[in-house]
Amino acid sequence: MDWGAILTLAVKELISPIAVTYILCAIGLSVHFGYTGLLNFGQAAFAAIGGYGLAIGILTFQLPLPLAVVFGLICSALFAVVLGIPTLRLRADYLAIVTIAAAEIFRYFMTTIGFANVTGGSNGLSQFGSEFWKLNPLPDMDYGFGAFTYRNDQIFIMLTGWILVAICALIVWLLMRSPWGRVLRGIREDEDAVRSLGKNVFVYKLQALIFGGLFASIGGMIFVLNLSNVQPQSWGTTFTFMIWTVLLLGGAATVLGPIVGTLVFFFLLSLTQGILGGLVDIGVLPFLSDPQVGQIRFILIGLALMLLVIFRPQGIFGNKREMQFNG
Amino acid sequence: MASQIAVGAVEPGCKKVDPILVADKVKRQFGGLVAVDVDHVEIPRGMITALIGPNGAGKTTFFNLLTGFDKPNTGSWSFEGRNLAGLSSYKVARLGMIRTFQLTKALSLLTVIDNMRLGSQTQRGESLLAALLKPLWKKREAEITAEADDLLKRFKLDAKREDYAASLSGGQRKLLEMARALMGKPKLVMLDEPMAGVNPALTQSLLEHIKQLKSNGTTVLFVEHDMHMVRHISDWVIVMAEGKVVAEGPPAEVMKNPAVIDAYLGAHHDTDLGTMQKKGN
Repeated sequence: MDWGAILTLAVKELISPIAVTYILCAIGLSVHFGYTGLLNFGQAAFAAIGGYGLAIGILTFQLPLPLAVVFGLICSALFAVVLGIPTLRLRADYLAIVTIAAAEIFRYFMTTIGFANVTGGSNGLSQFGSEFWKLNPLPDMDYGFGAFTYRNDQIFIMLTGWILVAICALIVWLLMRSPWGRVLRGIREDEDAVRSLGKNVFVYKLQALIFGGLFASIGGMIFVLNLSNVQPQSWGTTFTFMIWTVLLLGGAATVLGPIVGTLVFFFLLSLTQGILGGLVDIGVLPFLSDPQVGQIRFILIGLALMLLVIFRPQGIFGNKREMQFNG
Repeated sequence: MASQIAVGAVEPGCKKVDPILVADKVKRQFGGLVAVDVDHVEIPRGMITALIGPNGAGKTTFFNLLTGFDKPNTGSWSFEGRNLAGLSSYKVARLGMIRTFQLTKALSLLTVIDNMRLGSQTQRGESLLAALLKPLWKKREAEITAEADDLLKRFKLDAKREDYAASLSGGQRKLLEMARALMGKPKLVMLDEPMAGVNPALTQSLLEHIKQLKSNGTTVLFVEHDMHMVRHISDWVIVMAEGKVVAEGPPAEVMKNPAVIDAYLGAHHDTDLGTMQKKGN
């Protein structure tokens, strides 16, 4: 078994644009759930809208890249408003039901043949990234060393992604230490109490829903630019639940939680795959086949998560003091 | 005393010399049950008014209606001459009519000091765009923190400043909620059972706080079952039963009213009601 290769692969997963997508979506979800207490089970839809908005803006509306990005963000904000207006006045669990349904509706809508000339149907859309890649200032050559050698394009999108992660984390940190963030945390605890103190709770919740959604949409854009295509099947409920997993892993109401949660998650996912695959190859686990390894690792990770939730419910970065009162 | 507050005869729904809150024909039905059916009531400005009545009399529902936390089937009410009917609860609070809750709503996973800061109303940093730039709200934050520390000291919660509100005892949460309501600088503060679960020593200091509010010009309306407290600090007492105002007047006179004794106090109220209540709790 080549430990070097397994570890290298795991580290490469960590810094990939896919990890960036997860981090951005998880940062958005931390604004929703961690700080405001909104149970959003449709984070995949916000990411998908970002990706589709970018692609449709460029392909159908012939917008230049910056405007297409803005178009995607506006669509995402509109989606949040449409979801929020009927549900944010109701109890938290209604939002959960509506968001998960809306995310599925969006995905099926994108799959339908009727609008395939705009959405690409189940094949999705591609060839919308050329303007993005033209922005790449790096000369066309290989960078890095050994296994960590990347083409200039890969370096470019990873850099863009990580800079965005830094900016978004900074924004969340700035917002959450402010009185605005304090109102959100108050709403998470008891919205009637916050209302009785003269705060327009509905507007704050809507702002939080929009804001968290925008982060996910930016993540979705990185995702589709990296793959050079956008497809409906990427944005199923699994995507949303993975985001929830990394968020709870890292700590819901923390700035670094979504980042560290994603890193740990991807590292473990890749590591277990590598180790189990390696063990199967050298015949230590004769009862397993290679395809089964892919499933087993999710079982192991599920087990690890259960242990985590039982023994460290606040996540890696969460405040232990906070959890003492929820038990 | 009565003549300074009421105009004309002292009777249920009588006019006041200087009312801060006037409610008319406020009715709330839950299915077939009429929870509140108040024909007319006025709350005198600058006074401490107690709202008493047996359980299920509709006191808390009436509070909820007045503060916009519940909508009545019919009726109108005005605060300082401004019609409040149909106004959402946060707007009512912004007008200066701030309530507390019978079941305390301390914001558990916020620290005590953050609970207090949240009570302050005019904060620029609470708007999304200003929030990003600390210089825009830093000064105001320091001001309200000073105010909050001052109040915490008065309510003897300063030692708990950095603790989560969840770690406070029931009585301390009551105090915190009241102090938090005062952060909003209310003109009318509405306290729903402020003394429930507060120990006698603290009750004394709470009474002082409430009297101090009055001397600062704040109007107080409170729901309470502790007759000692009602007698001790209130200038005016309104009695509700089965959703209606059945009596009002200065405390000494109201408690002699046969209707009130029948409906609420019971024949032994003068002797040992206070201790009986303590046992009941």
